[in-house]
Amino acid sequence: MKKKIAIIGGGPAGLAAAVAAKENGVDDIVIIERAPSAGGILMQCIHNGFGLHTFKEELTGPEYADRYIKKAKEKDVEIFLSTFAIDVSKDKVITCMSKDKGIFTIEADSIILAMGCRERPRGALNTPGYRPAGIYSAGTAQKFVNIEGKLPGKEVVILGSGDIGLIMARRMTLEGAKVKAVAEIMPYSGGLKRNIVQCLDDFDIPLKLSTTVVDIDGKDRVKSVTLAKVDEKLNPIPGTEEVIPCDTLLLSCGLLPENELSQAIGVDLSPVTGGPKVNESLETNIPGVFAAGNVLHVHDLVDYVSEEAANAGKHAAEYVKRLSEKTSDASEKEYVVETGTGVRYTVPMTVRPSECDTLTTVRFRVGNVYKNPEICVYMGDRCVLRRKKQICAPGEMEQVILKKADLDTLKDGETIKVLLENV
Amino acid sequence: MNTVDVIIIGAGVVGSATARELSRYDLDILVLERSSDVCEGTSKANSGIVHAGYDAKPGTKKAYFNVRGSLLMEDLSKELDFAYKRNGSLVLCFSEDEIQKLEELKARGETNGVKDIRILNKEELLRKEPNLSKGVVAALYAPTGAIVDPFGLTIALAENAFVNGVKFKFDEEVISVAKDGDEFIVKTAKGEYKAKAVVNAAGVYSDAIHNMVCADKITITARKGEYCLYDKKVGGTVSSTVFRLPGALGKGVLVTPTVHGNLLIGPTATDTPDKEEVCTTAEGLSSVISGGAISLESVPSKSVITSFAGLRAHSDQGDFVIGESSVSGFFDAAGIESPGLSAAPAIGAHLAEEVSKKLAAREKENFIAKRKGIPSMALASDEEKKRLIEEDPLYANVVCRCELVTEGEIVNSIRRPLGATTLDGVKRRTRAGMGRCQSGFCSPTTIEIIARELGISACEVTKHGKGSEFIEDHK
Repeated sequence: MKKKIAIIGGGPAGLAAAVAAKENGVDDIVIIERAPSAGGILMQCIHNGFGLHTFKEELTGPEYADRYIKKAKEKDVEIFLSTFAIDVSKDKVITCMSKDKGIFTIEADSIILAMGCRERPRGALNTPGYRPAGIYSAGTAQKFVNIEGKLPGKEVVILGSGDIGLIMARRMTLEGAKVKAVAEIMPYSGGLKRNIVQCLDDFDIPLKLSTTVVDIDGKDRVKSVTLAKVDEKLNPIPGTEEVIPCDTLLLSCGLLPENELSQAIGVDLSPVTGGPKVNESLETNIPGVFAAGNVLHVHDLVDYVSEEAANAGKHAAEYVKRLSEKTSDASEKEYVVETGTGVRYTVPMTVRPSECDTLTTVRFRVGNVYKNPEICVYMGDRCVLRRKKQICAPGEMEQVILKKADLDTLKDGETIKVLLENV
Repeated sequence: MNTVDVIIIGAGVVGSATARELSRYDLDILVLERSSDVCEGTSKANSGIVHAGYDAKPGTKKAYFNVRGSLLMEDLSKELDFAYKRNGSLVLCFSEDEIQKLEELKARGETNGVKDIRILNKEELLRKEPNLSKGVVAALYAPTGAIVDPFGLTIALAENAFVNGVKFKFDEEVISVAKDGDEFIVKTAKGEYKAKAVVNAAGVYSDAIHNMVCADKITITARKGEYCLYDKKVGGTVSSTVFRLPGALGKGVLVTPTVHGNLLIGPTATDTPDKEEVCTTAEGLSSVISGGAISLESVPSKSVITSFAGLRAHSDQGDFVIGESSVSGFFDAAGIESPGLSAAPAIGAHLAEEVSKKLAAREKENFIAKRKGIPSMALASDEEKKRLIEEDPLYANVVCRCELVTEGEIVNSIRRPLGATTLDGVKRRTRAGMGRCQSGFCSPTTIEIIARELGISACEVTKHGKGSEFIEDHK
């Protein structure tokens, strides 16, 4: 079958992109979703705290998803559920598989990548020890508890203080398990401040910074884990080992954008984010292929995912309309967004001022905890933005908004630079 | 008391190969396995290599069975439908002085009957394997070296034995073996069995079993080997299996593609008094990586997806202990360390011949030689995929996204002869959970499917047998 826009993934990014594409005048859209319902990982995030920016109220994950599912329904967005995209060719033909339809293909004019991310497993950490039952990534445990109503363990240690780990520390406690410690190898948490307060502090769960798991014991089921302090180079310090008896180890050690399909199309990935390199329109190096949400870079708040994805949906719609109008994409001037002190990456990585609206959002994350920094943006050597912050931390995404008027001052050979000063 | 003709102790690759070969005969055969599935010991955690056979000292059992096993393996892979690939192997040397050792190894290989081995110079070598360390000087190249799916091989042998009438009893650890007249009495915690012949294929415990019966004692030391397994994205780092010149404790750290397209680096070699010590260690993993770094220009450390350790059964006899022991009717397959996986088909055939002669058994007329494995959606062409889905729509329901394993394959792995009963069992039969997310995504669904198919609750589903349950029982 043929479609103007095919969106891979029906989580918050895919849904918001679809709604925006419809609103921008493209009707022939399909979302391909592997789960039996849309909503993505939000469906297992039954805690509240979603939607404060988008809806100015506090929703649970499924409630937030439901708002977008309803919008998509109102706009007659077609969603193929329980359908797995197994391959995408360079000419944008998506091979799908489902119980109802068997194997079939979708030829799309434009594709929006919205596949989300996955959790880094124990193997990737190369944590020594046995390999018993009882080691789960935090999201897997969340699925067991929140979707299936099953408790994966009673005495828990959590490695990594990413948001899912923090949320699961609280959830496991509420379900009657004892969470003995959350260990974080870095000297700061990778999660949101509010989650540390609400999920750990409120339940007296200790957060052990600069600490990691150096051994896992138990042949059949986890019996204990050994924690140790680490030095500045993150190497365990001998003599600081502490054995904690437990039956479960949850891992919340980072999320990895899931870009196997993107790579099949030939999309260039950033080694820093693990997601596609995109321009201001969230378009990848392959014309007509856009990306948004956690497949692009891991977000902290779903509200930003929705906002970003709506932007991708809008640009995909514009791309499709231009195709039908047969107006070729003129070769516009493109400027690189450079990262300076403290800034790990930016999305987008390049900007074409001619394609920008009045305001263009650039999102980024910092590489360390910085107190009282100034976030600065330079066009060439001209500082166009300077904003004081009390604190910047790796767990929280930052953003700056570029004005079209400033972008228009860029000359050949110049770059846009985002960095922290006063650090 | 159950009386049979032959009891085989251990359902690893050697026990399973022996069971399969013996099932050609009109014999009542019972396999006793202490774990909950076949392939739960050494057979599941090794390099997955079919050695060409240049390494073992001429005249040893290792050399004899290695070369023969290696010759049998390709046909066996077709007959029993498991993954096998002749990718060739290399032994690297890093100085001019060592070329002489390569020559010796070549001569040894030729004595052992290994075909087409030759020495490659640096240029030829780097053209063949551009990611090798630029410090290599030359290598011995054996085109008959191959890689195999160790789980696939073991499971295929056991399934085929089962189809040919061999009985398997799991969770039955043998606690005593005694000769009583012309018979053996084999006791487990669950029961007592009588047999005319016993085959000892008990891996790292083959000394304990042997010593229960024989006056001439043997000692088996568990020699731990740690490995790192890398993402398929870097599976093409090398196409051949890459060894270095062997040292005292074995062949050193090797670098190889696996039959499934991952990159594998390992093993270390450390003797351990604890025969259950299958844990990895910080030192071990770091020596795997530094060992890999000698052979490779750069080790793709960021792409590691898991690490594991296996125990080889190292015999104090310095060679495999194979054949009828000092006690009539008691047959050993002990001390089967490397090249044990390569040798297994030949060991199985040899023991079957010895045992069948001893019992004057006749060959069956209705032996089923062929076995069909589980169809793989990941490997199927689009046409085959269509056909599979038409036959069973469950083949369209993807459960493991990393390895593209469907519900159809998982159900097949449970329902087939000697089917999976555990998550690890499903994993080793289908690859569900073996990919880069290491079962984070699929394990809740797989657990649900196992519970449904076996008619048990999810709380009763285990990773690898009793004690390894995943879910707390609320009752």
